[in-house]
Amino acid sequence: MTEPTTLNKRRAPFRFRIEPRLSEPPAWYPAAVSFGAIIVALILGGVLISFAGGDPIRSYLHIAKASFGDIGVLSDTIVKATPIILAALACSVAFRMKLWNIGAEGQFIMGAFGASAIVLAPVLPAETSRWIFIPVMMIAGMAAGAIWGFIPGYLKAKFNVNEIISTLMLNYVAVAWVNFWIFGVWTEGGFQMSPKFPDGAWLPRLSDYAKAFPIFRGLTTHLGLVIGIVAAIILWFIIFRSRWGYEIRLIGDNPNAAQYAGINITRNTIWVMMLSGALAGLGGMSEVGGVVHRLQTAPVAAGYGFTGIIVAWLAKLNPLAIIFVSILFGALILAGREIQPSGVPKMIQGIILVCLIASDFLLRYRVVIERVEE
Amino acid sequence: MINQTSSMPSSPPQAPLVVEMRGIVKRFPGVLANDHVDFELLHGEIHGLLGENGAGKSTLMNVLAGLYRQEAGTILVKGEPKAFSSPRDAIKAGIGMVHQHFMLVPSQTVTENILLGLDDPRFIMRLPDYNTKIAELGERFGLKVDPRAKIWQLSVGEQQRVEILKMLYRGVDVLIMDEPTAVLAPQEIEGLFVTLRAMIAQGKSVIFISHKLQEVSVIADRVSVLRRGIATASGVPSKGVSRQELARLMVGRDVIFALDKKPGRPQDVVLEVTDVHAESDKGLPALRGISLNVRAGEIVGVAGVAGNGQSELSQVISGMRRCAQGQVLLNGDKISNRNTLFGIQHGMAYVPEDRTHVGSAPNLSVTDNVIMKNFRKPPISKNGLLDMKAATKHANELKLAYDIIVPTVSTPVRLLSGGNLQRVILAREISGLPAFMVAVQPTRGLDVGAIEGVHRLLLAQREAGAAVLLVSEELEELLSLCDRVYVIYEGKIMGEVMIGDDEPDEGAALSLSKGLVDTIGQMMTGTPLDQIQKEGVAAHD
Repeated sequence: MTEPTTLNKRRAPFRFRIEPRLSEPPAWYPAAVSFGAIIVALILGGVLISFAGGDPIRSYLHIAKASFGDIGVLSDTIVKATPIILAALACSVAFRMKLWNIGAEGQFIMGAFGASAIVLAPVLPAETSRWIFIPVMMIAGMAAGAIWGFIPGYLKAKFNVNEIISTLMLNYVAVAWVNFWIFGVWTEGGFQMSPKFPDGAWLPRLSDYAKAFPIFRGLTTHLGLVIGIVAAIILWFIIFRSRWGYEIRLIGDNPNAAQYAGINITRNTIWVMMLSGALAGLGGMSEVGGVVHRLQTAPVAAGYGFTGIIVAWLAKLNPLAIIFVSILFGALILAGREIQPSGVPKMIQGIILVCLIASDFLLRYRVVIERVEE
Repeated sequence: MINQTSSMPSSPPQAPLVVEMRGIVKRFPGVLANDHVDFELLHGEIHGLLGENGAGKSTLMNVLAGLYRQEAGTILVKGEPKAFSSPRDAIKAGIGMVHQHFMLVPSQTVTENILLGLDDPRFIMRLPDYNTKIAELGERFGLKVDPRAKIWQLSVGEQQRVEILKMLYRGVDVLIMDEPTAVLAPQEIEGLFVTLRAMIAQGKSVIFISHKLQEVSVIADRVSVLRRGIATASGVPSKGVSRQELARLMVGRDVIFALDKKPGRPQDVVLEVTDVHAESDKGLPALRGISLNVRAGEIVGVAGVAGNGQSELSQVISGMRRCAQGQVLLNGDKISNRNTLFGIQHGMAYVPEDRTHVGSAPNLSVTDNVIMKNFRKPPISKNGLLDMKAATKHANELKLAYDIIVPTVSTPVRLLSGGNLQRVILAREISGLPAFMVAVQPTRGLDVGAIEGVHRLLLAQREAGAAVLLVSEELEELLSLCDRVYVIYEGKIMGEVMIGDDEPDEGAALSLSKGLVDTIGQMMTGTPLDQIQKEGVAAHD
């Protein structure tokens, strides 16, 4: 009973078929697929580099060297990763409740502003000890970020205002707000930046301890990394081991079921947006206190909040995975400065993202290769 | 597995074969829905396809209707092998399916819906011509429906007729009906059966999918039975097989139809609903002055055709919907228009109609799902921290006590079968030792064995002194479990009937329940009880 139409056609001896997975893949499989996706992305990126006239292998080696090559650049990578960790944590907690907080950028900037205000207002005198300055700045940064998260959270909870739009718009408001202060009030000689912070408001860096440990000489990794890691661990604990985290997970997975279980969605919407804003704000504080050492728009509003969205997704919203994905992105950002044209790392970043998102498909479907029967 | 086909009486087919399915295999994630199933349809017969939910009936027929593609096996239509890659191909071969969920455009007329997707007419649509054509077609098969009516104006029964007309208009010879009676009132079911008989009289063949034994033995000429994807009977004449035998083929063991229901000892009123008015999601009045009460130690039923306000009623009681007027008291406390938490804290359990969208969080684990109601209290949580060890222990205890079949309690519940998921929900709700429980369609979509388990759990609640409000569309279920039944129609209570639990001799019980079914059936279609009684008296005079 052969179909006559197929007789004259030349066909490959096998064909691909895609079918839904019949069971959950083993535990190692998702990690293996993600790793494979990155390899594929690097190959695709290599093809594009060679089209552009570059040598892909040399480019990749250069990127690797520029990001992980020695302890100095590794430290720089980590410095770049630090704000991303906190911004991604901020996004992840909101996303887990399916609150699409696109405003980590603005909350980050407001956090930087809040922390700076402690120094510049000044709330604390310049000669205050570091051990008082830093905690107060952390609290101020988190509070400012939380306020910036509260606004869209409240609007969403009470009036069902779309948080995507409100958080996005508040990003611009945050930039304008900071610009107002650094132009008008805290300007340093008319430049768009505040004066440099006193030493006490600087987050300690590894290089500060170079006298005791010579190996730390010139390393700029600062306390923000510790803050980020501790925040990630605490957030993991909140999400997976606390009553509140359970409520967040339940609302995120099925708001109807959460309502059915007697969970107050309105209140949680506001609290989660505030937590999200506080984490991003902490990121802003870490950036001004650890890297910029003054309030200035350009280096603070550098898109960490947006990178955080991508990183949160790639880490599948897992706070601990965010640390590692952030370091990868920190490396790509750093490499951007190293190789010319600087579009290449951005392009690789994009290709990796597309490949990782596409690879999700392999978790849900499997590809079957079958022989075509004659 | 033992092949029980051989033990069944089989007669040589007289009429020619219209459809022949051989060795059909179809898999879904986690299940083998059809495992080498054979199926034969004769010309001019109504073929009942029986099986529990999840047995693979709909899957098999979706393969025949071109919606799914089988992994192995062949389909022959009138002796010719066919490979369908879409429902369009199947219709071309003369096979059409009416799905459980209708696929109609509410804002368009009957005629427009029937013409939708056809190439004819190509450019200019002269609707009046088609209206008459469709009206004629409807008349031929006893499918009365106004071709100019918009779909949203039609009752569910009428919409079903439109779906059947759609297929007849496309000239199908084989009509597959997937659980057609699930949405119909008893009187409408009669009408459907008349239509189906008219169709076979005119040379069509019908496949009637159902999990209701009674219906199949009434309407079908021959019966095939599926159990867990395997055909346990194919093409058995329905006259030669008893209901018990069919049930055994469906379930794989004898089903006890009688439940051990002890005489009721109703105590104080626990739930008091007074003159409740509420709107549906669409903002239309769904409840129009509902009053009812439930006492401790009794099961009170709410009967009605789907969509007459049952869902809204249960939502108002559980606190998930606001009522515009009236109030709900639970042990004297007002619970209406407060949050769901208040009800939970005052001993209310709620088994919602929609297991996946309301009753559970699909991507969370069994453990996370069973602690939904008690996660606020020790031992599950202390000082705001979850004790995962205690939660896992709790989940494992429930898994054992309620026979939840799952590899580990960390499995996400989306991987559970309908029956297992329902056991998870019931385990959660019952383990909280509720004073009052509202259960909506707790057995819908479950297999016969699981239904029995749910019934036993509900009766155990009654014996433990809980008040139970059972909303169901299965009259049989209500009659066998309830002490009283309210009938709801368009948001109003049509009447209340008592169901005696002392069983007189079998014949009397049967005629009694026959009378009850008739009365309830009339109320379900909108006749208030006092009117029925008046007419009954008039008839006697």
